[in-house]
Amino acid sequence: MTCRELADFIADYLAGTLPADTRAQFERHMGVCSNCVTYLEGYRTTVELGRRAFDDPDAPVPETVPEELVKAILASRR
Amino acid sequence: MMRYKPWRMALQVENDAALVQGLKGGEEWAFEALVRAFGARLLATARRLVGNEEDARDVVQSAYLSAFRAIGQFEGSAQLSTWLHRIVVNTALMRLRSRRRKPEESIEALLPAFQADGHYVEWFSSWDVPADRLLERKETRRAVRVAIEQLPETYRTVLVLRDIEELSTQEAAEVLDITPSAVKVRLHRARQALLTLLRPHFQRSATR
Repeated sequence: MTCRELADFIADYLAGTLPADTRAQFERHMGVCSNCVTYLEGYRTTVELGRRAFDDPDAPVPETVPEELVKAILASRR
Repeated sequence: MMRYKPWRMALQVENDAALVQGLKGGEEWAFEALVRAFGARLLATARRLVGNEEDARDVVQSAYLSAFRAIGQFEGSAQLSTWLHRIVVNTALMRLRSRRRKPEESIEALLPAFQADGHYVEWFSSWDVPADRLLERKETRRAVRVAIEQLPETYRTVLVLRDIEELSTQEAAEVLDITPSAVKVRLHRARQALLTLLRPHFQRSATR
């Protein structure tokens, strides 16, 4: 398995959906290729950052819906 | 860090069933409760998909009208929040399709390049700061949001639906009207492109 081939399997690898033989080849390559290890770590971090980029730890209580939008929605129903 | 998912929060009124009954009976309080209970979270979803406040508010308004009209068909087995979330996603995607005017930029330049023998062209350097620490910084979260906004729309949409709105591959395929394998390919490329866009930020962060 080359780095290029391995790159195509990263998402399935992280999702745990690779067939056992492909997973074994993936991990064998990772054992000898530090560049792929670094890339995988970056990929994993990127997914985590993307997932949580919209979280706001300073505002655990979610904002309320703008009052003018509430009024507009209710008015348009009538 | 606390996480919340807009459409999975418990409803702030007594329960879904009472609210649905009120909606089906055309009771004004129920419509207002539905807007107040979910509006902010649905607006956040719409913002993530359409990218600007004005369109996002239009999407939410239009989605609520669709929901009010379709409440008769709402089945008690589903969650109101999930049902509304799906309507907002569909409405936002329709909005994106209708405003798409020019051909989309290619994502190729943001994907990793390989040599003829299959090795990466670039040698990647390690990021010493874990995601948790990076995410404590407001500026990091902002940089990630800006980078997501820079992704070509087709890819950004899949990333938002799968990684942020947490639709399954199958659900994303249905709302986008593409195959599940196309969803998987686009999601992977979107993440790779995001990684390319974020790497300079991480490296700077890591040396601070």
